Amino acid sequence: MTAALALCDLRVRFPVGDGLVSAVDGVSLRVEPGEIVGLVGESGCGKSTLAAAVMGLLPPSTSVTGSVRVAGDEVVGLDDRRLRAMRGDRVSMVVQDPSTSLDPIWSVGDQVAETIRAHRRVGRRQARALATQLMTDVGIPAAASRYDDPPHRLSGGMRQRIVIAAALANEPSLLIADEPTTALDVTIQAQILGLIRRLRDDRGTAVLLITHDLGVVAQVCDRVAVMYAGQLVEVAGAQELFDHPRHPYTRALLGALPSATARGERLAVIPGQVPDLAHQPRGCRFAARCPLRTDVCEQAPVPEPVGASMAACWHVDQPLPLLGGAR
Amino acid sequence: MTSRAAFVLRRVLLTLPVLWVMSVFVFLIIRLVPGDPVRTMLGFRATAANVAEVRRRLHLDEPLLQQYVRWVGDLLHGDLGQDLVSRAPLSEQLAQRLPVTLELTTLSMTLAVLVGVPLGVRAAVGGRWTRRLTDGFVVLGISVPDFWLGIMLVLLFAGTLTVLPPSGYLPFTTDPVQNLRYMTLPVLTLATAETAYLLRTTRGAMESVLQRPYVTYLRAKGLSPRRIVAGHALKNAAPTVVTVIGIQVGVLLGGAIVVEQLFALPGVGRMIVTAINQRNYPTVQAGVLVIAAMFVLVSLVTDLVVGWLDPRVSDGAGA
Repeated sequence: MTAALALCDLRVRFPVGDGLVSAVDGVSLRVEPGEIVGLVGESGCGKSTLAAAVMGLLPPSTSVTGSVRVAGDEVVGLDDRRLRAMRGDRVSMVVQDPSTSLDPIWSVGDQVAETIRAHRRVGRRQARALATQLMTDVGIPAAASRYDDPPHRLSGGMRQRIVIAAALANEPSLLIADEPTTALDVTIQAQILGLIRRLRDDRGTAVLLITHDLGVVAQVCDRVAVMYAGQLVEVAGAQELFDHPRHPYTRALLGALPSATARGERLAVIPGQVPDLAHQPRGCRFAARCPLRTDVCEQAPVPEPVGASMAACWHVDQPLPLLGGAR
Repeated sequence: MTSRAAFVLRRVLLTLPVLWVMSVFVFLIIRLVPGDPVRTMLGFRATAANVAEVRRRLHLDEPLLQQYVRWVGDLLHGDLGQDLVSRAPLSEQLAQRLPVTLELTTLSMTLAVLVGVPLGVRAAVGGRWTRRLTDGFVVLGISVPDFWLGIMLVLLFAGTLTVLPPSGYLPFTTDPVQNLRYMTLPVLTLATAETAYLLRTTRGAMESVLQRPYVTYLRAKGLSPRRIVAGHALKNAAPTVVTVIGIQVGVLLGGAIVVEQLFALPGVGRMIVTAINQRNYPTVQAGVLVIAAMFVLVSLVTDLVVGWLDPRVSDGAGA
């Protein structure tokens, strides 16, 4: 079956001063139709750059190499016109903060209808009817009467539903959700995640869910890709990842969850800092912060695939000494 | 009542206190200027008895508060008073002069909007050379004083080229073509700085809108740059531009005083300047009040238009 999204050795480099800084470095990943894959990592690890590369939204000065295939079609190297035809149609995006991602002056309904009309020959009235139906589908009560409201009359959760409705308008094969719940209340978060899951079930849309929140991953993802300093360090089924994390970084991340810490104990932290993008170490990028570090880590680890899973570490599955000097 | 109707009502009611405060200012400020209208009228050989008699007849011997109440009372009955020098009713004078000032400012603002706004949009989305050219025009247009520009335009078009009259006026109703020929240089003088200012405002507003996060989202929907600019950025920049246009009408009305003087246009501005020199209190009061009332009216219309363009404003949600 053709993957909804297939990344092969994707590299994204930005010109900074005289040199190039690499924000995404050799990422390969597949998202199958109907699958929800979580892309997890700290801020600045390259998650959002990866999303922008898939959407073809990076500035022209950026160097993108490798391959990005959306439903089998190559995206890297497409001209502007073809990229526009793809965006919002075969791949669409839900962004972080619905209060700043909607045009504040346009009515919410028109913003949904606009996406339809950008890609299909549909009359004004028909687009309005389709948009109203989409708004109902994403759980907006009395959608017809909210159609003409500007965004500020809707709550944050309702606005995010509008963004999702617009993203789904043309039945894309892939939905990229970049921190879709970060700006929302916890109760609303659960509703939005439930909605994404239901839409996947109903429509078979593949979802790449970008987040720094492992709780979100646990709620909806089938598989998880963990990203660190521009590279994927581990890919595994969601359950498997939580039960048996293999890469030391993943294990440290899970160890740093507040729920993993006993009451009264200090929260665990990962010592050290993410390496500067401009001065990446030649070997394993996590080595400086890794408790399992040995001399072999001076060389880049060869990803070790196990079925559909992967962990890029020389010391996969070795027992971990206690983390966090604070304890 | 809908929130929109409440917004309109609130905004209309708000003009009343503004108009009142303005009437107090107009009344007091002209009386602060040294000089006496009666002595100016009668000449310095007039006897003290004569002066006192005329002062009494014009009610200038009454306390200020009483004079003010009399003036406002007449105003509320639609009576603007009489010119101290010509004894003619001021409503007649204004009926003749107001159209001149209105034509001058309206034509200037229309020209400035028609040129400045499209150029501002182009400059916001254009390349390096468009930016440099517009930057140059903005700096020149804003820094050149209008009286100097007016003189230069007269020297060029009326002096050297002799294609346009240097000064004078004919009503539009008498001879439309001549009227426009007389208006061309004054309008150019008044509109140049305005065009530069609106260009800069529009460019700034467009640039700031184009940097907002929702523009990325619009691109992600697959919209073309042209649609993003025309359909979204322009609409979002419009309230800012309209607000500035409203404020600039006030600036134009002030500039009209200089330009009317320069080109001998018989407008309200010229009437005020002459009246100030004669300490002609009622005429100054009526002229300034009418100009100020027009500005208040324009501000009201501006706010209503902005409220209509941006639903956040009429909802009181804050933009």
